[in-house]
Amino acid sequence: MERSAAAAPQKKPRHAPRTATEELAKRIRRHAVRMTNLGGSSHVGSVLSMADIVAVLYGGIMRVDPSNPQRPNRDRFILSKGHAGAGIYAALAESGFFPIEWLEKHCADGSVLSGHVSHKGVPGVELSTGSLGHGLPVGAGMAYGAKLDGADRRVFVVLSDGECDEGSTWEAVMFSSHHRLDNLTAIVDYNKIQSLATVAETLALEPFADKWRAFGWSVIELDGHDHQALYDNLSDLPAVNGKPTCILAHTVKGKGVSFMERTVLWHYRTPRGSEYDEALNELISDE
Amino acid sequence: MRDNFVRQLSELAKSDPRIFLMTADLGFRVLDGYAADFPKQYLNVGIAEQNMIGLATGMALDGRVVFTYSIGNFSTLRCLEQIRNDACYHKANVKVVAVGGGFSYGPLGISHHATEDLSIMRALPDITVVAPGDQWETREATKALVERNGTAYLRLDKSSAPASVRSTDTFVLGRARKIREGSDITLAATGGILGAALEAADALVEQGIACRVLSVHTIKPFDTEAIIRACKETGGIVTIEEHTIDGGLGSAVAETCLEAGVTPQFFRRIGLRAGFSSIVGGQEYLRREYGMDAASIAKAVAELISARSPKFSLRRAK
Repeated sequence: MERSAAAAPQKKPRHAPRTATEELAKRIRRHAVRMTNLGGSSHVGSVLSMADIVAVLYGGIMRVDPSNPQRPNRDRFILSKGHAGAGIYAALAESGFFPIEWLEKHCADGSVLSGHVSHKGVPGVELSTGSLGHGLPVGAGMAYGAKLDGADRRVFVVLSDGECDEGSTWEAVMFSSHHRLDNLTAIVDYNKIQSLATVAETLALEPFADKWRAFGWSVIELDGHDHQALYDNLSDLPAVNGKPTCILAHTVKGKGVSFMERTVLWHYRTPRGSEYDEALNELISDE
Repeated sequence: MRDNFVRQLSELAKSDPRIFLMTADLGFRVLDGYAADFPKQYLNVGIAEQNMIGLATGMALDGRVVFTYSIGNFSTLRCLEQIRNDACYHKANVKVVAVGGGFSYGPLGISHHATEDLSIMRALPDITVVAPGDQWETREATKALVERNGTAYLRLDKSSAPASVRSTDTFVLGRARKIREGSDITLAATGGILGAALEAADALVEQGIACRVLSVHTIKPFDTEAIIRACKETGGIVTIEEHTIDGGLGSAVAETCLEAGVTPQFFRRIGLRAGFSSIVGGQEYLRREYGMDAASIAKAVAELISARSPKFSLRRAK
């Protein structure tokens, strides 16, 4: 959609690695369906909704180094919506942080790849999450520390819309603008569905963009499945100097699998049997 | 203790740029000197403890040693899950500091009585839990926690035992300090109430009861050796904590003894026994009210001993 009116610099045409990130997103989606099937787990709808965001970040934006995951001045990525861990494991494996075969062990007995993202034994995961409302405070701390160090590393935090119910999220939102953390970008996967019902029915967030603006952030609204829009905006951060950036990414929960799209059901349901086959077919034939 | 903590931290911060102190808008006048001396190593984050632990974790993961400062239960219970998931699970160098252990803020009411923090923090994995008994231990603990990697909880008390340090004393995290030798019974105390334990030991001398007094300044990791020795070498153990008896020092001692197969002849947990401390008052008043001041400790010990040991009941009778 459109960039916020307050911050609309003229974009230079860029060469976006769009085909590559679109391909990565497809692979993340296929992994996610397979991983939740094998692991008997779910939150698959939440992974599918953020797959394009994660693909653009790992495929074209973030300065990370799979051969040296702890490289000191790397950009930091936090998945605050830890329940979509399968998507991050898939992105990391596809980026070369660990072997793709590991993904087969998602949620298996004795595995380190837990349903909610965990850093222990998993190269490339910066922060373990799973309880909502934890990611942005830690990301703000990383961004504040980088400012103190005069370092140019950036921090990207992907949040769910549902976790904006959590007060701790807003504590960090307030802190980040007060301290002018323009090295911090929060991307909200705004798929409009939380675990039991829609966001609108549960606890309305609208006017959502206005809330972030009122808290001193610069806000960009875009289509969270449009790789060009994601790439262009994420390549041009901060949107406004001296302000943290919120990207309100309008997404479709379950994106890419027709019968999972926009349903509450596929927050928790495990793809099995014919549903699994059909989901994979849709993701493959999409090529 | 609070002032000694800040003084010690200031000394450390001079030569260690990793040290960072955060407060959630508490510490009126207490932190002014530190804040003025180390503006790049200090931040008031506002009244937002959950965010504070998250921030501290983020900064610690990038190499800082971050002390988070607040009072009473705000430091711990308000942001318990952040301490567990963010700090402890990542073994982050976050040192959670609570000023006002036990009844330090007695007149302010139950919201400010920190009387479950030790047991709750002790239950967390990958954390060091420290409650110094006197000013020397406070300074030593501050130094030791900077040196020790990982998450820690430092509980500071308003009260403090009188100085008892000898030139040969060393402070080791996880090692109880024997302050007084005695063979009839061991008084094991944690936190500033150590002072009441020492006073009780003095009073008991007059009744012919020689107390060993241990300052169990570290609740986790727990000094099981010192407790087992106390069981074997003295008649029994009385634990003293300005804290609920559920899950704190007394519980740790009981667990240690049973698991080691040693049975003290006497065992008693002195601490808060039932319900909320809904009456208010100064720290000393509340200690008397709840049977944990020096006189109550001495009385409890004398009764315990005379009930179980003919030697002392005879002596007491004459």
